[in-house]
Amino acid sequence: MSILVYVENTDGKFKKSAFEVVSYAKSIADNIQTDVVAISIGNVAEDELAALGKYGASKVLNVNQEQLASFVNQAYASIIAEAVKSTGSKLLVLSNSFSGKGLAPRIAAKLEAGLADGVLELPHITDDKLTVKKTAFSNKAFATLELTSDIKVIALSPNAYEIKETGGNAAVETFTPNIDQLDFSTMVKEIVRATDKVSLPEAEIVVSAGRGLKGPENWGMIEELADVLGAATACSKPVSDAGWRPHSEHVGQTGIVVSPNLYIAIGISGAIQHLAGVSSSKTIVVINKDPEAPFFKVADYGIVGDVFDIVPKLTQALKAYKGI
Amino acid sequence: MKILVCISNVPDTTSKITFTNDNTAFNTAGVQFIINPYDEIALSKAVELAEGGKGTVTVINVGDASTDATIRKALAIGADSAVRINSVPRDAWFVANQIAAYAKDKAFDLILTGRESIDYNGAQVAAIIGELLHIPSVSIAKKVEVASDMVTVEREIEGGKEVLTAKLPLVIGTAEGVAEPKIPNMRGIMSARSKPLDVVEPFSVELLAHIVNYETPAPRGTVKLVDATEVEKLVSLLHDEAKVI
Ligand SMILES: Cc1cc2nc3c(=O)[nH]c(=O)nc-3n(C[C@H](O)[C@H](O)[C@H](O)COP(=O)(O)OP(=O)(O)OC[C@H]3O[C@@H](n4cnc5c(N)ncnc54)[C@H](O)[C@@H]3O)c2cc1C
Repeated sequence: MSILVYVENTDGKFKKSAFEVVSYAKSIADNIQTDVVAISIGNVAEDELAALGKYGASKVLNVNQEQLASFVNQAYASIIAEAVKSTGSKLLVLSNSFSGKGLAPRIAAKLEAGLADGVLELPHITDDKLTVKKTAFSNKAFATLELTSDIKVIALSPNAYEIKETGGNAAVETFTPNIDQLDFSTMVKEIVRATDKVSLPEAEIVVSAGRGLKGPENWGMIEELADVLGAATACSKPVSDAGWRPHSEHVGQTGIVVSPNLYIAIGISGAIQHLAGVSSSKTIVVINKDPEAPFFKVADYGIVGDVFDIVPKLTQALKAYKGI
Repeated sequence: MKILVCISNVPDTTSKITFTNDNTAFNTAGVQFIINPYDEIALSKAVELAEGGKGTVTVINVGDASTDATIRKALAIGADSAVRINSVPRDAWFVANQIAAYAKDKAFDLILTGRESIDYNGAQVAAIIGELLHIPSVSIAKKVEVASDMVTVEREIEGGKEVLTAKLPLVIGTAEGVAEPKIPNMRGIMSARSKPLDVVEPFSVELLAHIVNYETPAPRGTVKLVDATEVEKLVSLLHDEAKVI
């Protein structure tokens, strides 16, 4: 009755979320005295698969077939559901990533399993009962959910659980699923990656800017600051609505929810909808010329001043600190 | 093209979120309800696709009679007809089952939902409907183009985007970027009153999960202000105190 985890890769390399879900499942497995089996779909090298043992997987099921080289929601869901059944797992853990959000509900529906999405913490498990804390109301609140089905599914929020190395080796096994051609009704045509950029939902540091920047031509200094910090860039909604930045950078209640270690908000007022998506950041820094800006009420550190003056100085100071 | 748009009735985005009954129920007192903002994007896209006689748009909501105002707004935005499954929406599993059961024999070409609702944020409904109807689903679509029976969808992925194609029928969860939200005009508001709104009774669905209680985030401490002339100090605070750089 092991715990099954689905681990995502990008071009054959595991994503950060893969290590998060394995570490998370390992902690649960230790509590209930079972083991962790991971399932990987796609062309991942054998040694990369075996390395999941370091995070606590004792076995990795490897599905590597030409047809599955790129993500097909329906087919991946069928394969993972089949693996849940064939391993007899009662708990499936995956990441609440963009792909995870498409997969988890399909798998849960196939298995008639209760699904907890946007999970933030380890679950409490006693006998057959599992309760777990998840986000609700766009991060304005949390809910404790009880899953009452026989098989249960947890989709873990990115950045919510620390990656832990526990040592050990994973045995890699080929898993050959029953493939239904009807599951291939979507086809990936193209993948466009901003390779030099840190992915926003997974980023540990986020540098975000708002309408206070006045226009898209001023984003150079934001990117420079993000570069120095190895951070992802983000923006407020009016900024992406105006086309100054792509929609994929818009954070908040109707954008991406982020929970980095450090969130730097530059020229953003801190409207309730913006705060909803960023308030679970561990440390918040606000730079705004208006001392009454609501963002200061939730910030840990703040500078009252003009962004055009402060940001270049901050970048300089960080360069000096990092010795660049 | 026959399009079904799933709309949910959610607390306005400016709502302060509080709970009653020992933190077991959402406190609706003084809360204004609106169409879920992502569903408004889905609806706007559907209206755009159906424009000029190219299709019909039906909106569906699982809710009690209190959601009728939200449904009328959707009709005012441009949907042709509406269906309300007469039940308090218990959770995504329940809602998706009701919608799939309704849609099953009606041959919709496209079923649109918002990417997630802003109350429970599950992003589940689109994918569960897809599974229950055995048709493909795309969650978190940033762009949708339909050419005869082929749909091209841009989907968000970490650090980029994926472009995929699918044949109709298809379920799509739409996000910002898919369409500009449409604002109802006077004619829309007037005609919404006379458009059909069917009320259908729900069927029972097995309970797989339930919410035990809610909590609100602990208040954060007070801000430590650093003088604008001493930004270096911020760098040391982030290093020594917050330990984030
Ligand atoms: C349905 C709905 C959903 C929404 N969802 C979201 C969401 O998900 N995310 C989101 O961000 N917003 C969202 N909003 C919008 C939100 O209400 C605010 O309008 C938005 O967050 C404000 O963005 P802003 O702070 O960049 O701009 P503004 O409100 O214009 O604030 C700009 C700030 O910059 C400061 N500033 C200006 N110039 C300078 C300078 N030179 N130096 C320093 N500071 C300066 C100002 O003091 C001000 O505080 C939503 C709104 C609605 C109605």
